[in-house]
Amino acid sequence: MQMRAWLLDPAPASRRQAQLGGWFRAWLAFRRNTLGMIGLGIVLLLIGVAAFAPLIVDPASALTQVLADRLQPSSWAHPFGTDELGRDILARVVFGARITLTIVVLVSLIVVPIGLAIGLPAGYFGGWIDAALMRFTDIFLAFPRLVLALAFAAALGPGIENAVIAIALTAWPPYARLARAETLTRRRSEFIQAAELQGASHLRIIATQIVPLCLPSVIIRLTLDMAGIILTAAGLGFLGLGAQPPSPEWGAMVSTGREVLLDQWWVATIPGLAIFVTSLGFNLLGDGLRDVSSGRG
Amino acid sequence: MSAATSGAGHTVGGVARRIVAPLRRLGALLFSVALTFLGLTGVTFAIGRFMPIDPVIAIVGDKASQETYDRVYRELGLDQPVLVQYGTYLGKIARGDFGNSVMTARPVLEDLVRVFPATIELAFLALVIGVVLGIPFGVIAATNRGRWPDQIVRFMSLVGYSMPVFWLGLVGLLLFYAKLGWVEGPGRLDVAFDDIVAPVTGMLTIDALMAGEGDVFANALGHLVLPASILGFLSLAYIARMTRSFMLAQLEQEYILAALAKGLSPWRIIWVHALGNVWVQLVTVIALTFGSLLEGAVLTETVFAWPGLGLYMKNSLFAADLNAVLGGTLLIGAIYILLNMLSDLVYAMVDPRAREPN
Amino acid sequence: MDSPLLRVRNLSVTYPGDDGDFRAVRNVSFTVGRERLGIVGESGSGKSTTGRAIMGLARPPARVHADELLLGEIDLRQQSERQLRRLRGKRMAMVLQDPKYSLDPVMRVGDQIAETHRTHLGSSKAEARAAALEMLQAVHIRDPERVYGMYPHQVSGGMGQRIMIAAMLIAGPELLIADEPTSALDVTVQTQVLSIMDELVRERGMGLILISHNLHLVSSFCDRVLVMYAGQIVEICDAGSLADAQHPYTRGLLAALPELGRKRGELPQLQRDPAWMDDIAAPLETRSRKVGA
Ligand SMILES: Nc1ncnc2c1ncn2[C@@H]1O[C@H](COP(=O)(O)OP(=O)(O)OP(=O)(O)O)[C@@H](O)[C@H]1O
Ligand SMILES: [Mg+2]
Repeated sequence: MQMRAWLLDPAPASRRQAQLGGWFRAWLAFRRNTLGMIGLGIVLLLIGVAAFAPLIVDPASALTQVLADRLQPSSWAHPFGTDELGRDILARVVFGARITLTIVVLVSLIVVPIGLAIGLPAGYFGGWIDAALMRFTDIFLAFPRLVLALAFAAALGPGIENAVIAIALTAWPPYARLARAETLTRRRSEFIQAAELQGASHLRIIATQIVPLCLPSVIIRLTLDMAGIILTAAGLGFLGLGAQPPSPEWGAMVSTGREVLLDQWWVATIPGLAIFVTSLGFNLLGDGLRDVSSGRG
Repeated sequence: MSAATSGAGHTVGGVARRIVAPLRRLGALLFSVALTFLGLTGVTFAIGRFMPIDPVIAIVGDKASQETYDRVYRELGLDQPVLVQYGTYLGKIARGDFGNSVMTARPVLEDLVRVFPATIELAFLALVIGVVLGIPFGVIAATNRGRWPDQIVRFMSLVGYSMPVFWLGLVGLLLFYAKLGWVEGPGRLDVAFDDIVAPVTGMLTIDALMAGEGDVFANALGHLVLPASILGFLSLAYIARMTRSFMLAQLEQEYILAALAKGLSPWRIIWVHALGNVWVQLVTVIALTFGSLLEGAVLTETVFAWPGLGLYMKNSLFAADLNAVLGGTLLIGAIYILLNMLSDLVYAMVDPRAREPN
Repeated sequence: MDSPLLRVRNLSVTYPGDDGDFRAVRNVSFTVGRERLGIVGESGSGKSTTGRAIMGLARPPARVHADELLLGEIDLRQQSERQLRRLRGKRMAMVLQDPKYSLDPVMRVGDQIAETHRTHLGSSKAEARAAALEMLQAVHIRDPERVYGMYPHQVSGGMGQRIMIAAMLIAGPELLIADEPTSALDVTVQTQVLSIMDELVRERGMGLILISHNLHLVSSFCDRVLVMYAGQIVEICDAGSLADAQHPYTRGLLAALPELGRKRGELPQLQRDPAWMDDIAAPLETRSRKVGA
């Protein structure tokens, strides 16, 4: 309670208190957004499942083929049944969470720096640097993303790393735009001019003053993009261009389940449901965050 | 054009601006389209160059002698500097020469022309579904902001955004084809109906109608309706969402208050005045949706064994048929770019203000 | 004076807010006959809110309360939204500040006039068009046929506002609320627009509520003036006898008016007394000229 009062103090004593108070207020607003909270729950669940996968299910059952147990329907031993090689689908879905999470983290780690590296200088320096960089971005923005990712994935060869690269190569342009727009609105603020007057280098100003200001909107955008990244990765997996067997990637699992769809529906359906729920979670979360950040109820 | 007959400001400069500005905008548009297209070919060229599949072996096979290999290597121009190769590549594209497909042993362009109508048929019906349902849903959500219709539309949109289309296709097949038998299965037509109607447009439903073959039409539609509905649902999600936010912005405008003060019915205010202004923005959204539907076709067509561009590209990918893959990429990319341009032009036609600079 | 067109008694408008309710209009009472009534007051004093509340168009989530709100014989408080709709445009209408925003940008201006006619008189397309052309003529537009087909961005501000007036008056309302109808216009056309409005209002024997910041304009144009401050009416008086105004706020406004022959620097600054914010104990009677202390 004291903590709460300190956080909500209308006259914060320190910058830190003001900042934390701001976050706390945003959290209070977010908490009222039911769908957003559900999204947060799903995302936390995904992270939890990925982190504690070996504790939840027996790691061996995700990969061990038990041909005698092929295509079993739901039972106590196999709540989600088994696939065409007798592997436990629940265990594979649980371990698949790790792959999905790895993909989104890796793509984020590539996309955000590329976007910032192109958007920040464009907004900060303006002029022909801006024109050139944004023209370059626009060209990429006008491409069909999935088809391009497909072509990249095909060129680089199948595999999870290449899928990540292919997705990242097509996903960065919106971040460059965003970073540029954010930079433009802050470029003329007084504290940046003050920093300039104190003789701070451009690089230093960008890194210490502008990047932190861009991050919130970049993070919201990223949350909203996560679903798209997950779906693209799963799509590549489904086509056989992503993670390769026997890895329990959800898209690839749907693809193998396709052959037995009519008789053993669960083999394809369960991993697809996992993809859907996970991307829905990210979408709900991102949507809620956007509402809070734009001050809507 | 009647824009020049403006009532206000008959200055020479004003008139000149009204004639020159659209031309300049058109010029700028063409320039950016050309540049984007150049960028696209650059990327496909680069992919072609760096693909770990050896194009020579793809042609001559890995048992060919070194001599044959070298000859084909030179024939393909692979010994030339990269820029020269790119120039040759551009020249070929300009002539419609995308090379031959290894898989079908025919020119890629011919293949594309053959498979593309199936994709158009699918994407177009999906777009119609998305527009016809998505716009009203978005309008209803906006006019009931914060209440349950809004929540439902919002949730439905998020579900659409989160749906793996290939999985939805499988579940749809399982449910509506295998279990309920409401629709036809994968493919475009039952075997029994093959070759009854000669292809004219390549779109089976239209061809069947033109030939007056009711049975073929019904069967083709039965095959089409499920994949189109599934793609349509995805575009519906996006269109409804965008319509909602555009509508909300319009409903706050002063002209809405003026319309209320005139005593107009809510129906007229929402569907004529507010939506009239939203249309202008929706044009771009619809064009983008169509582009993404073409893309989405790759996955949907795989699931539904729909012999369109998507399936063709997917099969080419696995046959390491580089020319075919890049030809398909170029086609979809070019349509994408053209749609962007077209939406700009249509925008200028729909919006009376777009004829003049702000 | 015959029976008033509009009678307002103790009208209050409240906006609920996070930190308490905000009372934008407080216990406002006045009547309007076949006359021109001016409402002046500084920004945020509740003028527009009053006008919109009369039209039944208060901005949600506003709460409107009134002891009496009569348009002729009709009790506006008792009307359903549907009934109100039949009154708006037909019996009462409202002209907004800026024609640039109050005309629908993608509809021909003529159609925007004609639609009021069609809505209220159930006329055919051709009839409505003919009426709209006539109305364009009535607001002194020289080439109605041509202007009919133009889009809002093609007409000037003054013309736009005249079109707006035409659209509001075409169905023959008896009360027109004009909310700062000229403040967005070029100075050169302000008088023209006002005199056209005046001409129509007189011809048709209508009542007009002219909302404005500009005391000078209101006092020279209207029969009576009503001064608002912080959501309350602090003064009601005949335009001619403004000089005798009692309330210190009105006196301050008058003193702040620049007059010809006086040097610039002498304009006194308006001093505000926090006591003016307090609720006025006894709401004034319509005819009284003296308010508060
Ligand atoms: N939607 C709203 N929510 C809360 N307060 C509002 C809202 N709309 C208006 N207000 C407040 O009501 C008060 C009266 O506003 P109103 O627009 O009536 O003033 P006004 O006299 O017309 O001013 P102006 O001359 O600027 O047009 C203002 O203080 C305003 O802040
Ligand atoms: Mg106002």
